[in-house]
Amino acid sequence: MTRERGSPYAPHADAEMAAMLDAIGVDDEEALFDIPEGVRFDDEFGIEPRSEQALRRELTALLAKNDDLTEFMGRGHYDHYVPSIVDSLSQRAEFITSYTQYQPEITQGFLQALFEYQSMLVELTGLPVANCSMYDAATALAEAARLADRVRQASGTRVLVPEFLRSGKRGVLDNYLAGAEMTVETYPMDDGNVDFDALTELVDDETAMVYAENPTVRGTIEERLSDIGDLAAENDALFCLGTDLVALALLEEPASVGADVVVGEAGVLGLPTAYGMGLGLFATREEYLRQVPGRLVGVSEDAADKRAYTLTLQTREQHIRRERATSNICTNQAWVALRAAIHLAWLGPSGLVDLAEDCVRDAATLAERLDALVGLQAPIHDRHHFREFVVHTDQPAAAIAEDLETEGYAVHVVGEHLLQVCITDANAHDADGLVAAFEEVL
Amino acid sequence: MIHDQARYVENGQYEPLLSEKETTEVEIGENDDSPLPDDLTRDSVELPDVSEPELARHYTRLSQMNWSIDSGPYPLGSCTMKYNPKFTEDVAADPNGSVHPDRSARSVQGCLGLLHGLQEYLARIGGMDAVTLQPPAGAAGEFAGILVAKAYHEANGEDRNEVIIPASAHGTNFASAAMAGYDVVELPSAEDGRVDVEALEAAVGDDTAALMLTNPNTVGLFERDIEHIAETVHDAGGLLYYDGANLNALLGRARPGDMGFDIMHYNVHKTFATPHGGGGPGAGPVGVVDELAEYLPSPRVRERSSGSGYELFDPERSVGKVHGFQGNWLVLVKAYAYIARLGDEGLLDASAKAVLNANYLGSQVEFDIPYGPYHHEFAATSGEKDAADVAKRMLDYGVHPPTTKWPEMVPEAMLTEPTEIESKKSLDDLAAAFNAAAADDEETLADAPSRTTARRIDQVSAARNPRLSWRALDGDE
Repeated sequence: MTRERGSPYAPHADAEMAAMLDAIGVDDEEALFDIPEGVRFDDEFGIEPRSEQALRRELTALLAKNDDLTEFMGRGHYDHYVPSIVDSLSQRAEFITSYTQYQPEITQGFLQALFEYQSMLVELTGLPVANCSMYDAATALAEAARLADRVRQASGTRVLVPEFLRSGKRGVLDNYLAGAEMTVETYPMDDGNVDFDALTELVDDETAMVYAENPTVRGTIEERLSDIGDLAAENDALFCLGTDLVALALLEEPASVGADVVVGEAGVLGLPTAYGMGLGLFATREEYLRQVPGRLVGVSEDAADKRAYTLTLQTREQHIRRERATSNICTNQAWVALRAAIHLAWLGPSGLVDLAEDCVRDAATLAERLDALVGLQAPIHDRHHFREFVVHTDQPAAAIAEDLETEGYAVHVVGEHLLQVCITDANAHDADGLVAAFEEVL
Repeated sequence: MIHDQARYVENGQYEPLLSEKETTEVEIGENDDSPLPDDLTRDSVELPDVSEPELARHYTRLSQMNWSIDSGPYPLGSCTMKYNPKFTEDVAADPNGSVHPDRSARSVQGCLGLLHGLQEYLARIGGMDAVTLQPPAGAAGEFAGILVAKAYHEANGEDRNEVIIPASAHGTNFASAAMAGYDVVELPSAEDGRVDVEALEAAVGDDTAALMLTNPNTVGLFERDIEHIAETVHDAGGLLYYDGANLNALLGRARPGDMGFDIMHYNVHKTFATPHGGGGPGAGPVGVVDELAEYLPSPRVRERSSGSGYELFDPERSVGKVHGFQGNWLVLVKAYAYIARLGDEGLLDASAKAVLNANYLGSQVEFDIPYGPYHHEFAATSGEKDAADVAKRMLDYGVHPPTTKWPEMVPEAMLTEPTEIESKKSLDDLAAAFNAAAADDEETLADAPSRTTARRIDQVSAARNPRLSWRALDGDE
């Protein structure tokens, strides 16, 4: 059997090609292209094909150009140890090479896994409806604001967000609302947390949604979530809470503080840092079910009356509702959701709570150690912290961060004299090294 | 052929939910050892509590109850389900490539070099001048592209509020345009299945921001009048947007940029063989012509002006962001590796074989195919028979059916796209499944499938009585 050179993944042998062309009734496959002369491309891309082996060498060498730094970074994107079982099971070809479950009778496995992911989000948020993924925390927040617009069309177009908010989240929010004629305004923070009195002044009946984060982007734990929930409810505004899968295990349950929508980052479990790739979580109340963006897996019965899973409420989605859909999201992050579910299930309730408690303890300990160094004050906010905290530096922060890189460590620069440091189970083993590096560069 | 999956049914071995195995409720701070005061914590957490060996079996079982491209043909029209090479997974899993998105540019030259290389490849393949890799899916790419069009018109002081979209286009086109605040003008198809040029000429005007077009279109037809279409839209001051869903049919033969398109998105998870992951992640890079480059989302990657290496930069009049960070990195790595593996001749060959396969399969299928000549996909009609029923019956014959009942211009449509990766034998099996289902009586079709993990699933009751978590199952059975 011989094959012409070309795609290594096209299986056609010469004899098969000939038989197929014969069956169609053409001399060669070029005759099948119905492209007018004026727009034919006769040039080359200049992309040299490589053998698999050569390409792996090339790409391994390319990626090795990244400096090998221990990262103490967070600000909405976190690195927790991912157990081997997550890679092993999620890489099974039946999961990774499959498509959206449009034929549920032969995709029960993935549907059940997504149903279980939704179910675990329901347990953690206390809200009865969770979709089976958005792209990331930023797009989930933006979808929440659009949901607020749909469910509260009668009054209010303002979305209130905290003064301290990642620029990426704000940027996506602004873009998603550009077509909805909604406006985004910030409310001030008070020593790292929501300035509740200032927020009270700002919330009125023109407010469609109030967004708060727990933990905040600076790692502080909010202390007045119930008050914010009450304030939003009194003004007929939606209360949207931003959080993440690990924080949900320990911090106040969103449903109990009046959250109408929970968004955030679910890729904290199951994903490596992956240069910012994410997994958006989205959960809400039953009454907004038919306005939820994205895919939902539900339980039904098959013709033999057995329990079966299927994508459901698809009349909300763009392939049916088109411009009146609740969102344009089609391809989502299903496989990443599977990974998060496996990681969650592997940790189990005790493992997850332990991990979350360590996020508080380790941050407090590391802040104390850095605070003891001359030239640093940490944390700058007098609050409880989760994973991360802001450090004041007497010297310019950017110069210190650059020097830390030469010592093998990466931290955030968040102001002229402010650094942000994040500790998790993925880097805690090197906390001594970070402290020593700080001593070296100060 | 009986599905491997069916043995679970025959043996009554449904895989229980994790919650049905064991769950544990953990109290927070029950021994006063919580690092936080009670008023900042929840009371308890209840989740499945299952050992690692049990988890391995659970998810292995679930994987076995799932169709995939490695299981068999997946000829879903417009979805381009092609084989995903294995080595690209290894490259993507390289720990050196997994870095925090806020790392300094000088410390992530490997990532930036790869992204810059991918920008270059995609620009050449699409005939575009500048590319952003940020959009995390095709629909996100559409949205980003339309935002670019909007910013461009606004910068020129133009107030254009309409986007024209053919009726047969993907639903995401309509949703993305609406999200950006545009009114959608739907364009009917002409009798030959292509854009109705007269209707287009009547539709364009001072309000037209853009025309969104898929070419070849959703029944596999090349829009032969593309040069005239481009001229018509451009003369009216509008922009031409290319939906990259069907780019696999054109690789190396025609480029959107050369056809007059100003903006396009690439579905790298389709054209460039990155896994669809059961519904994602994908990636939807956007390419534009020179005069739109300054509006692309930020950041982008470029070569440093001084010295060697790469840096991130914000385009001058950027529309901002459509993803919190830099997009779906792991998917982009796989796309780069796939393109580099095939190179010029492989990409050219992929589209040749994709078109050959579609035409061969079409020649062997007994259903009528109303529109042609088609390229990589064809829309057969099951005629008097319900396309969804035929599809369910095809499951019994051991194959995945095509996309059904779409596009609506073909009644009882069965939109079929085998891609280049199927052999003649595999295509013959697919045709046999089509033809066997076509020969089955209505009763058999309505009762199908009977050899799969689950029998026909009642979608109506799932929507009427939504049960979306295991909590909602309490009290069942």
